[in-house]
Amino acid sequence: MTIHVKNGSVGTSISRRGFVAGTAGLTFAFTLGGLGRGVAIGETKPTEFNAWVSIAPDDTVTIICPSAEMGQGVYTSLPLILAEELDADWSKVKVEFAPANPKLYGNHHYLFNGAQITAASVSIPGYFTPLRMAGAQARRVLLDAAAAKWKVPVAELTTDKSTIIHKKSGRKMSYGKVASSAKLPATPPKISESDLKKPSQFKLIGRKDLGRLDVPAKSSGKAQYGIDVHVPGMIYASVLQAPMDGAKPKDVNIPEVMKVKGVTKVIPLPFGVAVLSDTFDGARRGVNALKVTWDTSKAVAHGLDSDKAKADYAKKGREPGIPTHVEYQVGDAMGGLKGAKKTVQAGYWSEYTYHAQMEPMNAVAHVAPDGKSCDIWSGTQFGALATLIISGILKTTPDKIRIHNQFLGGGYGRRIWPDALIQAAILSSIVKKPVKMLLTREEDVAAARPRPMTHHAMTAGLDDKGNIVGWHHRLVSENVDAVAAPPRFKATKGKDYIGARGLDQAFYAMPNVLAEYTREIRGMRVHAWRAIGSGYNKFAAEAFLDEVASAAGKDPLALRLELTKDKPRAHAVLKAVAEMSDFHKKRAGHGMGIAFTDYHGSLSAGVAEVSLNEKIGKIKVHNFWLAVDPGLVIQPDHVHGQAESAIAYGLSAALIEEFAVKDGKVQASNFDSYPVLRMHDMPEIHTKIVESGAAPTGMGEIGVITVAPAIANGIAQLTGKRLRHLPMTPERVKAALKA
Amino acid sequence: MAISFTINGKAAHVEAAPDTPLLWVVRENLNLTGTKFGCGAGLCGACTVHVDGKAMRSCQTAVSKVAGKKVTTIEGLNGKHALQKAWVEEQVPQCGYCQSGQIMQAAALLATNKKPTHEQIVAHMDGNICRCGTYPRIVRAIQRAAREG
Repeated sequence: MTIHVKNGSVGTSISRRGFVAGTAGLTFAFTLGGLGRGVAIGETKPTEFNAWVSIAPDDTVTIICPSAEMGQGVYTSLPLILAEELDADWSKVKVEFAPANPKLYGNHHYLFNGAQITAASVSIPGYFTPLRMAGAQARRVLLDAAAAKWKVPVAELTTDKSTIIHKKSGRKMSYGKVASSAKLPATPPKISESDLKKPSQFKLIGRKDLGRLDVPAKSSGKAQYGIDVHVPGMIYASVLQAPMDGAKPKDVNIPEVMKVKGVTKVIPLPFGVAVLSDTFDGARRGVNALKVTWDTSKAVAHGLDSDKAKADYAKKGREPGIPTHVEYQVGDAMGGLKGAKKTVQAGYWSEYTYHAQMEPMNAVAHVAPDGKSCDIWSGTQFGALATLIISGILKTTPDKIRIHNQFLGGGYGRRIWPDALIQAAILSSIVKKPVKMLLTREEDVAAARPRPMTHHAMTAGLDDKGNIVGWHHRLVSENVDAVAAPPRFKATKGKDYIGARGLDQAFYAMPNVLAEYTREIRGMRVHAWRAIGSGYNKFAAEAFLDEVASAAGKDPLALRLELTKDKPRAHAVLKAVAEMSDFHKKRAGHGMGIAFTDYHGSLSAGVAEVSLNEKIGKIKVHNFWLAVDPGLVIQPDHVHGQAESAIAYGLSAALIEEFAVKDGKVQASNFDSYPVLRMHDMPEIHTKIVESGAAPTGMGEIGVITVAPAIANGIAQLTGKRLRHLPMTPERVKAALKA
Repeated sequence: MAISFTINGKAAHVEAAPDTPLLWVVRENLNLTGTKFGCGAGLCGACTVHVDGKAMRSCQTAVSKVAGKKVTTIEGLNGKHALQKAWVEEQVPQCGYCQSGQIMQAAALLATNKKPTHEQIVAHMDGNICRCGTYPRIVRAIQRAAREG
């Protein structure tokens, strides 16, 4: 069944393989042209999208989840959207993960244009309309079938909880019954967006009492992650990772490692050295016994020292005339700065950070004996990319690489790059057996795909009334798209979508803004890290805005309210968080800091209440308030859950997390040398959903972003000193206090 | 070498090198995969199990050390422990990977302290990392389990 979108209306046509009735019940398959982007695309070249629901005779409704579940809740929220329009009995809904098949399951959000990737907090916005259409159409088919069977007008029928009801005659029939006995129409009915429910008709969307479907299994140890997959005949592998891209093993102590109990094979590979065993413990011991010298002559990162590089970064921040990419421009920033009565300047920094997802990278791969197809079991955010890369390696086609997605033990962006899947597939093709490839924590850190180290040269100009008449933000860092999304980087002629996120000032009424970035090429495997560029760009911009407020003699909240007076949604979250936190109330010995941000359509404002042990330089966050507007809310309790999670992640990045790079190598190895936030570090968290009636947007990352600038601003209010370097460790705090 | 112990109330006899961490014996020899590998160094708590009722990091416990002892894993709580019900009520897990370890760690607390204070909960749970930051809900769930038993 194909749904065509033309001039805003939706038509459908059936395809033979798209509409199947069998003993297992009905299967509804859809390809939706251009939906989700609001773009009318001609019938000759539809952008394809597919949602999938089947109904068994026993009324089990199976809904396919096209996104990866890594704690952000899509395993529940996406099926719930379809079930809403289907009017399904939620207690009988089962969920299956989609295979990697972007043609059927791609996300048509404008960011991804049909790619099947779980990232950027756009699963809900990208799949919302297509899933609703799919649910509504399945329901319509069932209604028509029941009307024909009972010989009554379809308009007399209603539905509720997977049951078709004819009130007049008192007849009822379950969806499963209809599905197993119905005669199907040759041409399926047309559905348009006006056929969909109004929010006031929602029975499932917005319910506070509906728990997430994966929670019971995740509370009993039964949830299956990639690491838990067992395939008959499989062996174990672990890989000592090349310390940097382009480094290749030169000398390897193979004979010595072969003597380690349990080790069956040692294989030097372009990306590291693999050790195989019949148990993971054997593979792990082998990896720990490896002594490898690396040929780093072709590694760009060779020689990189992250501390020494800072002088270069700082210089480029202020160097006139160097090549930059303009990310955001309004008016004439340089002209505005030139005419300013007062100029404020500051330099901001952030260090490399590691995802630290709790499940180390792993995959089980089984390459078929002929080497031309492969099954892979793994928790991945971008299985479709793995099919492209691995089919290239095996010299076959992407459809021959079958991805069986599992629950992800943390993603946060790390599981976008399918390095574990690729390594497992290569090993399976070499040993001709199924292989479970699992990294030790130490190698997971060595293979880090970090948030980049960044420098921000900030300049703002004020007129004699304290109005901001010029704003210049220059980011100096490695470009993430260049490493993590090379095709897009090439297509956009060198734009860094990921790294430059948050440089803009789209919600602030500033007349003259220039936000730009210049590219460092340092060879690190920089990558998307929860909240991407917005994490550091909004830290610099929102902390610097408080410096500007102070220079203008303005209150930080008042200034933000003034700057957002024409943006009602932004204004509303600021007012909400100010009220929640009683922002202007004095707290003895404590500072209050505020920050605002947007992220892919969602808006938030955060306030931190902080104190400081000046002697040891340790910041304590007592309370954190977050007001968030993610548009229409599907699962309210989980919106709060995601906000709580993101605040914790943001706190960890703000106060604790960093690694240095020496000679191109990550200077950390486990949770001792890369500590993350623990329970005792948690403040009281207060979250509030601000309703705006807007279309739904994401919740996975927005909460991360305001944490660091709100803390820095709170410390500035308390001490008068500015913290401009993430993370705000005791050493940096002490140095700032002395400055 | 053959090592015998009790796992979740049943007798287990495994063939494994004596210094094999209990974690891998539980996961690979006994196919109980609810116990998770996080760090391999006793730093994160994902692998927490009970040995004779005490919370232990199974990645740091040689299998030979549990010979003749009673080992309980998350599967041994049968989904019926008050904590597991509270975990669902409070909707604690997100990615969920650390939660078996969190529940086993918390169960050891409630076994000896029926009404722990907030401070006691934090002190007892601080060795278990949750990267999704579900800490506030973990605290609430432990308090709920303590309250509702």
